[in-house]
Amino acid sequence: MIMRLSSKATTLLILAAVIAIAPFFFPSSYYFRVGSLIFVNGLAVTGLVILIGYAGQISLGHAGFAGIGAYACALAPIHLGLHPALAAILGALLSAAIAFLVGRPILRLKGYYLAVASLGFGILVSMVLSNEAQLTGGPDGMAVPELGLRAVLKAVGIDLSNTEFWYAFSGLALVLGAWLALNLYHSPTGRALRALHGSEVAARTVGVDVAHYKLVAFVISAIYASVSGSLLALQNKFITPDVAGFMHSIEMVTMAVLGGAGSVLGAILGAAILTTLPQVLTVFQEYEQLMLGLVMMLVMIFMREGLLPSVAHRIRGRGE
Amino acid sequence: MPELLQFLLSGITVGAVYALVALGFTIIYNASDVVNFAQGEFVMLGGMITVFASAAGLPLPLAALIAIIATAAIGVALNKLAIEPARGAPVVSLIIITIGASIFIRGATQLVFDKQIHRFPAFSGDQPILIGGATILPQSLWVIAGALAVFFCLWLFFTRTLIGRAVLATANNRVAAQLVGINTNYVMTLSFAMSAAIGALAGVLVTPITLTSYDVGLALALKGFAAAMLGGMGNPKGALVGGLLLGVLEAMTAGYISSQYKDAAAFVVILAVLFAMPQGLFGRKPTDRV
Amino acid sequence: MKFSATTALAGSLALVLGFAAPAFADIKIGATISETGPASFLGDPEAKTLKMLVEEINAAGGVNGEKLELVVYDDGGDPNKARTFATRLVEDDEVVAVIGGTTTGTSMAIIPVLGDAEVPFISLAGAVEIIDPVKPFVFKTPHTDRMACAKIFEDMKKNGITKIGLISGSDGFGASMHKQCLAIIGEYGIEVLADETYGPTDADMTPQLTNIKGKDGIQAVLNPGFGQGPAIVTRNYAQLAVGLPLYQSHGVASDGFIELAGAQAAEGVKLPGTALLVAGLLPENDPQRAVVVAYKEAYEKATGKPVSTFGGYAHDALRILVDAIKRAGSAEPSAIRDAIEGTSGLVGTTGTVTMSATDHLGLDLSAFRMLKIEDGGWKIVE
Repeated sequence: MIMRLSSKATTLLILAAVIAIAPFFFPSSYYFRVGSLIFVNGLAVTGLVILIGYAGQISLGHAGFAGIGAYACALAPIHLGLHPALAAILGALLSAAIAFLVGRPILRLKGYYLAVASLGFGILVSMVLSNEAQLTGGPDGMAVPELGLRAVLKAVGIDLSNTEFWYAFSGLALVLGAWLALNLYHSPTGRALRALHGSEVAARTVGVDVAHYKLVAFVISAIYASVSGSLLALQNKFITPDVAGFMHSIEMVTMAVLGGAGSVLGAILGAAILTTLPQVLTVFQEYEQLMLGLVMMLVMIFMREGLLPSVAHRIRGRGE
Repeated sequence: MPELLQFLLSGITVGAVYALVALGFTIIYNASDVVNFAQGEFVMLGGMITVFASAAGLPLPLAALIAIIATAAIGVALNKLAIEPARGAPVVSLIIITIGASIFIRGATQLVFDKQIHRFPAFSGDQPILIGGATILPQSLWVIAGALAVFFCLWLFFTRTLIGRAVLATANNRVAAQLVGINTNYVMTLSFAMSAAIGALAGVLVTPITLTSYDVGLALALKGFAAAMLGGMGNPKGALVGGLLLGVLEAMTAGYISSQYKDAAAFVVILAVLFAMPQGLFGRKPTDRV
Repeated sequence: MKFSATTALAGSLALVLGFAAPAFADIKIGATISETGPASFLGDPEAKTLKMLVEEINAAGGVNGEKLELVVYDDGGDPNKARTFATRLVEDDEVVAVIGGTTTGTSMAIIPVLGDAEVPFISLAGAVEIIDPVKPFVFKTPHTDRMACAKIFEDMKKNGITKIGLISGSDGFGASMHKQCLAIIGEYGIEVLADETYGPTDADMTPQLTNIKGKDGIQAVLNPGFGQGPAIVTRNYAQLAVGLPLYQSHGVASDGFIELAGAQAAEGVKLPGTALLVAGLLPENDPQRAVVVAYKEAYEKATGKPVSTFGGYAHDALRILVDAIKRAGSAEPSAIRDAIEGTSGLVGTTGTVTMSATDHLGLDLSAFRMLKIEDGGWKIVE
């Protein structure tokens, strides 16, 4: 079952089918909005699958990269005159460069020390974003220019509402991101990452350059987070330093782990649940926070490998 | 010169707050290798329960005692209901469980109490004490004394008592600990009760200075966690020194460089220290634990 | 497994669907408020006020003979969530107007959604950017931060203060007011000699205040901020015996502030507040007296908590909205919008509101009162 789950075609097929079919059941365009948020979060979480699930490293600071991607889309068009799409690419490159620079020393650390170091990095980014008010508008945030692709589509006869467009666009981005991540899984790099996840010592003895591959996973996951931040900024047309905040980092890791950090589909499922949950929990009114905490605890207690892998295990257990 | 002294006194005050929170992390971590991200909520509960118990007419010392006992009970419940059933789960799952617990406790507190900011009077009044041109509030002395006392008790506990060594043994190797007759379940329960009680005590001591509300836990936990990691997780000495260092660092940056970037400076130093000493200042070598 | 993943998704969708089934109300209004999160200090009284007033209005027969239904979502102060809830309010709940955006960040994130949907929006946040430039569907009730700064600087000028120190919270409220104050300070001939900040959860501000105290020539200190920060600043200020006049912002205008800072430390602190805070002190002939006394009593009876300026913002927003629906005689969003713009002489807690096509706030400086804390209570200084 696990084998079949991680198989590329199945995952991509499920993902694409759900994204394409779900809109037929949407009673209002608000559901497109929730869908597009799931995809944007799903993209960031797919990056974390590479870092946490493949390479076995943890990061409590990836929102920092989302912040870089988001603010690149806000700042580069104003100050560099770049098109927002190019700004997003610039953001991704910048995130990759920063991840490359900080990644090597940070990834020497293990466990909680890695957690606190990455946390520190994320906090530094969010602090710069909210302190440099001249540039970033401070905690009140700043406007982000229109991507403009919707107008282009309209000109060629595809007329989508704003929410529909972002549903389709971020859905496409997610499928692409998942495809790349799955390709990576089956590549030599993916095998090296999984080897070092199993045992760093063992991986080293069979000649895997552990430091190098950890860095590769870190940089790639940073790019995912950055692009996710860019998409969020472009979709909302407004951005605040919250995007780089500690809570956002925690949210990302929780999504990945809740759904199952070992599989792309599981992590995306985690993103879907944690994005939808606050919307569903509104019926509990002031009990909302309580319920959120409870759900997180229950899933992790009873499905410790995450939702999807645990369910898969159980089904397989029954089948055999 | 009085400026430097004032910055130092401020740094020690804040640092003692961080140290108290950091010390709370130590026991649970030593017993189970779990960093309990709900530790900040224990601090919050200590403050909030005291506020409401004393508002209900109880004298402050009694209210504080009730808060500490109630929080210890909540700590035990957390262990029984959430940590024990998840034994053997990966570390990252345990992190999520404790984060879930902290969200849960925060949600419950806002329902049971409220979302207002509260404080209760300082234990020995608000008359500042003059030291060489700088001032410090009597409550700061309470916090500093509290941090030192908790540190000393923990140090005694881990080095001089049988049960303290049992806690360390449980962390090192659960099965081996069981084989030599240690009741590991009891050890876990005890360490959650103690951690929660220390957290609540911290809440009681710091509330007259920092004020409290249902959501102060997260920020405290974050700083306490950073302080504990700076010093080296699991070592009471590390928690104390890490906390004080972090506080003084922030105060000096705020005083001499930029108050905007004082938190940033603290994290830069933490990163630098960890790059040079991956186990923190007083951390155990990983080989000790294999 | 393929099956299970899809059912899980479909299941969660169905759940949303089930709960989103339309309830049958006559006039449905929405709100997205920061009931939790870092701005809950502001948002909590706002949400409580809205719920209380809607109940009150319905008990008295509703608006134009129709009952109001209020949908409140808690955005936790997160602009991204606020935007999602705003989309939900207009697309799914199909409300006729939205109140909310406790913070400037959440308000700015909501504005494009409501602008596109052409649903009127009344913000509860301070920044002037919300209504300047004027957007057809966007209104707000609180005084702008700029007006609070102006009120404070006027008072400083009157007292011959020309050189001040600033210590601001680095949260949204403090940073926004800091920016607005610096933008107009030149007009009053006042100079900032020291400009310090503190984090919203900081426990001790003596280093910053020591630096301010040590600067020669400073005649007063201003502290834009809300929550526990200003209370700690005030206590540290007394601890260090700075001895200069201390100005706080409207962010702390509530009885709770005096309690937190301690009457002794807060003695002599000045701040711009709304009539709400000094309801009992207003002269009998004050046009706001009846409104603020009624709201204060009702709120304190319903919640058992002291009334705050922020709850007052929500009070005014709902009053403006209800008044507009009455005058429009219709609950069509565009008719409500036009009627809100035509609001004239409506007495609220923040002042007397008269809007126009170019003014979507409708307040002037006269509605702010300069207050001073004396003997643990408020005093109007004018």
